[in-house]
Amino acid sequence: MLILLWESALFFRQVSLKEFLGTTRWAPTFQPPGFGVWPLVCGTLWIVIGSALVALPAGLVTAIYLSEYAHRRTRAVLKPVLEVLAGIPTVVYGYFALTFITPGLQKLFPQTEAYNAASAAITVGIMILPMVASICDDAFQAVPVALRQGAYALGAHRRQVVLRVVLPAALSGVMASYVLALSRAVGETMIVTLAAGARPNLTLNPLETIQTMTAFIVQVSLGDTPAGSIAYHTLYAVGLLLFLITFSLNFVAQRILRRYREKYQ
Amino acid sequence: MSEDSRRFATKQDPTKALLRRNGRAPWLELVFHGLCAAVAWSALVVLAVLLFYVTKRGWSVLSWQFLTHAPSRFAHKAGVYPALMGSLWLIGLTILISVPLGVGAAIYLEEFARPTRWNRFLELNIANLAGVPSIIYGVLGLGVFVRWLQLGRSVLAGALTMSLLILPVVIIAAREAIRAVPDSIRQGAYALGATRWQTVRDHVLPAAMPGILTGLILSVARALGETAPLVTIGALTYVVFVPHSPLDPFTVLPIQIYNWASDYRREFHDLAAGAIVVLLAVLLSINAVAVVIRHRFEKYRPR
Repeated sequence: MLILLWESALFFRQVSLKEFLGTTRWAPTFQPPGFGVWPLVCGTLWIVIGSALVALPAGLVTAIYLSEYAHRRTRAVLKPVLEVLAGIPTVVYGYFALTFITPGLQKLFPQTEAYNAASAAITVGIMILPMVASICDDAFQAVPVALRQGAYALGAHRRQVVLRVVLPAALSGVMASYVLALSRAVGETMIVTLAAGARPNLTLNPLETIQTMTAFIVQVSLGDTPAGSIAYHTLYAVGLLLFLITFSLNFVAQRILRRYREKYQ
Repeated sequence: MSEDSRRFATKQDPTKALLRRNGRAPWLELVFHGLCAAVAWSALVVLAVLLFYVTKRGWSVLSWQFLTHAPSRFAHKAGVYPALMGSLWLIGLTILISVPLGVGAAIYLEEFARPTRWNRFLELNIANLAGVPSIIYGVLGLGVFVRWLQLGRSVLAGALTMSLLILPVVIIAAREAIRAVPDSIRQGAYALGATRWQTVRDHVLPAAMPGILTGLILSVARALGETAPLVTIGALTYVVFVPHSPLDPFTVLPIQIYNWASDYRREFHDLAAGAIVVLLAVLLSINAVAVVIRHRFEKYRPR
């Protein structure tokens, strides 16, 4: 961690924090260089929003099905499927996004660029879905059976029990899973490097090429950047920003999780 | 006796009995049930499509030659041999580094450490480190191992970075396994005059072994598929030979996949698919080994 701070400090000695956070042109290797980090943050934001749209509702619903509806044998099939999905390396997902989902999108929307935010976001969503589903499932399982039976005894149907008893009782676990999933989406690297492209782009169109913070780190370390140059230091500045974002997200998730654990013990 | 109470008197699941009493589900219930089921099963569909697509594309390039040849500028001559061997080297070194450190830290935290504020702080940090994106470890590895310790872009630098990456997971898994060992085992050993270290070595560790091994194997599987940190420390070079010492440059399977996938020529995309099939096969067999080991050890677990 100290290394990260030190190298970033070297960066901020040459580029003011005001320029880093206050301008919108990101071109550290060009002449004249620009160090406004917002295009990269915007790219990351696209991925996070897109993948959240895919994974958060689908993950929750999957967990509801697994925990409340599925037969024990169905569970025994679907759980391993989710585990395998979670275990697939991200570079494989990246390949899938680039060669399968992007051509599909191009058929639907012909103006789609070969590298685009939408395809990467969908695939990141698929990648984080198993995590959302499994943490939500755990949270549902932790809700005491007595709570459900009480509702059934009052004449409730299954959907009513799920939506009005189990879900509110497990809400903190669901929230924690969401925050953790967002943190994973922020830090995801290979999918966005392969499928979203490498052009810093402050855009509102998800079908355009973008660049995320993680993809920038990969791009810079691919080129032979001499140690000590300003581009080398930007690596650490972006890394530090990324670390701070994910660390605070994880911290929040842990807080939520701990509070909910105390509830039913 | 009413019908309801008779149902409860038998050994039936009370939830099911209550549900039956509440009558047939209205259509909204059925729609909700159907929606949940459809979304959940779509995970299976996605997995099937992904596997089928990759296998279909990769099938044409898979051959013995693909496994034993080096990558090449010509698609029809290319293979994954150096990448496969590089992956093995990397994983071997990573295990050598992370097992003593990870298991040692877990034993310390579970068996020796007192719950002081410092130790609680340590625990919180380990949990947080497990959630840090892998590319941050790559940036760190670049700064510490490649540049500062002058290890260059070697297997050793890669393995050290990977160890950093999987250590939190190994420690957490090992701690949980150790915590699951019942206290009666420890007390039995102490009652017979064993010292703390003898107790840990002869009783706690063997009992916790299946859990530790499973956690270790799963994190190794994760390290095998990890690309980003290695790209960052600079393993993405054109390597056509197998490393002979820990200080040689190297390439691994995921990087080879990335390399081929980012090529613009279609036949190289097929090569990437082939390499993916090889990688997934390796990962699946590693997971199978984890299952087998867990089974075997569970037989000897003290009851």
